[in-house]
Amino acid sequence: MAELSYREAVYRALAQEMERDDRVVFLGEDVARAGGVFKATSGLLERFGPERVIDTPISEQAILGTLMGAAMTGLRPVAEIMYSDFFGVCWDIVANQMAKTRYMTNGQVSMPVVIRSGNGGGLRFGAQHSQSIENWAMAVPGLKVALPSTPHDLIGLFAAAVRDDDPVIFLESKSLYATKDEVVDGEIVEPLGRARVVRSGADATIVTIGAMVYRAKDAAERLSREFGIDCTVIDLRTLVPLDVTTVLSSVAATSRLFTVEENPQLCGWGAEVVSIVVDEGFYTLDGPPVRISTPHIPLPAAAELEDQVIPSVDRVVEIIMKRMD
Amino acid sequence: MTQTTTPQLVETDVRLRLFERMVILRRFEKRVYDLFLQGFVKGTSHLSIGQEAIAAGFGEAMRSDDWTFATYRGHAHTLSRGVDMAPVMAELMGRAGGLMAGKGGSMHLTSVEHGMMGSYAIVGAHLPIAVGAAFSAKYRKSGQVAVCFFGDGTTNIGAFHEALNFAAVYRLPVVFVCENNLYMEYTAIHDVTAVEHPAADRAAAYGLERIIVDGNDVSEMYRIAQARLTRARDGYGPSLIEALTYRHNGHSRADPGKYRPDAEVAAWMERDPIPAYRERLEREGVTTQALDAIEERVSIAVDRATESAKASPPPPAEAAYRDVWSDGGWQWRS
Repeated sequence: MAELSYREAVYRALAQEMERDDRVVFLGEDVARAGGVFKATSGLLERFGPERVIDTPISEQAILGTLMGAAMTGLRPVAEIMYSDFFGVCWDIVANQMAKTRYMTNGQVSMPVVIRSGNGGGLRFGAQHSQSIENWAMAVPGLKVALPSTPHDLIGLFAAAVRDDDPVIFLESKSLYATKDEVVDGEIVEPLGRARVVRSGADATIVTIGAMVYRAKDAAERLSREFGIDCTVIDLRTLVPLDVTTVLSSVAATSRLFTVEENPQLCGWGAEVVSIVVDEGFYTLDGPPVRISTPHIPLPAAAELEDQVIPSVDRVVEIIMKRMD
Repeated sequence: MTQTTTPQLVETDVRLRLFERMVILRRFEKRVYDLFLQGFVKGTSHLSIGQEAIAAGFGEAMRSDDWTFATYRGHAHTLSRGVDMAPVMAELMGRAGGLMAGKGGSMHLTSVEHGMMGSYAIVGAHLPIAVGAAFSAKYRKSGQVAVCFFGDGTTNIGAFHEALNFAAVYRLPVVFVCENNLYMEYTAIHDVTAVEHPAADRAAAYGLERIIVDGNDVSEMYRIAQARLTRARDGYGPSLIEALTYRHNGHSRADPGKYRPDAEVAAWMERDPIPAYRERLEREGVTTQALDAIEERVSIAVDRATESAKASPPPPAEAAYRDVWSDGGWQWRS
């Protein structure tokens, strides 16, 4: 057992898989010599050498095209797209190529790629370096989507993603890099598609993911302490595959559903979760499901504005309080 | 033993294979055109009629474990890797017996077992993907080469430039082949490009040689393919070849190509690669009977492939739900 930051977990995750399988290579902008813009990959170059840890030009299409071609011909490559906002310049390779090629070729081609990317707000970077793009990725058939919230899950879900034969969009919450947690020693693998119950409570189910897990948990603790409302908090961990079973069984027990989402409101993942619960768990509900998300706006840069729009502990508490009345 | 500086004459059996490959591509594509007009081939089709020498020359020169990456105009490149005509025809017709069981269609022909790593329908996308295969070959020291075919229009999209730089920086074994047929879809390439030669004039920007070849001369295509594949295999990095050619048909489907001047079309029809090569082979002593026999054999094969494809049923309904994921299915819930 050791205390590890979310940032240090990135290194350990990559090292664990690169040590185990020499088909795993890692490429991205500034990832090798500079150790990454978030310093999450420092030391990898020294440990695994320049053939496996590769600094690339600022060429996101070339990075991801290379990833795909390498995966189609026997490697299990990993790329870093520095900020998930940059998926905008290489989305063709992700959504048109990686996601569809197995299907279009009737299963002739396998696509074992992992694309790591810094996702989400909280660092005052403004609208082009702060987006939450999990809902973009989730909307494309053929992409798996993981958002680890803890150092342990980062290592474990990353390992599962590398070992998976499908493309995985692996979204690390930038605002969590400095957070720390205890991590067990030895190899960690956490299967994709299994949610984690962070906290159990009888009165309502809060479904969340990524950086919002901490806010949901803090809100649940305050609701319990100050208002006697006891919530279950579920960290989905992956959006595709989606652990519907854990959500439905929790809602069956609590009869209320709230989602806490960092992505903008329209077509956010919570809409899909609510739709499933309404369709398949309608008669277990005692009240309307409620989505708490960032409004449908680009993210502003100023601290006061950014804090106002991304769901905060206060806002989660307030909305749940009001709607549980 | 004496050294010669003049190129060796290509062996007779290779020359006959080059001819046969071109005849296969021509007769197949002509049949596709007919079947499209008859409603058997649905959706769209982009034919390579007139451009056969490029696919034939490379198909002959490539090692069986080399990789081809092609565009939506990919029937010829698929066949030239040795894929049977019948499953390709069935794929164009959307039948269960298709190369991808009807799930890809004309623009996505793929046969991994033949090294045909896909036909890509988003212009430019497959250049970086071919770079990735070359990266894999270099990493695994396999000696394989990726060959990436694309049209002149591709040279104006960002992925072209990203891929060339990337391949040059890491000295990857990839041969980029621009099939410059003078038109990007319906627009003349020179109307929308800052340089005269859309690929070759950009080569210097990536430290590559400026190579322009006659894409209608199959023996020249075969030689340049051999030379550049060997160079890539020997670790000297990527090549960019601009092969000048012309498509006899329009861009796709039943496009009559009316945007092209009649005199230009006529001049290029005179330079049809197949009659030109046939005449040359006859001059070099190949008998008319031998060449006729090839034409006859291919003709029968195209008829058989057509009948086989027509006899294949439509894909079963469940095929739509197969192979979204590596477990073979489409479920996104767990």
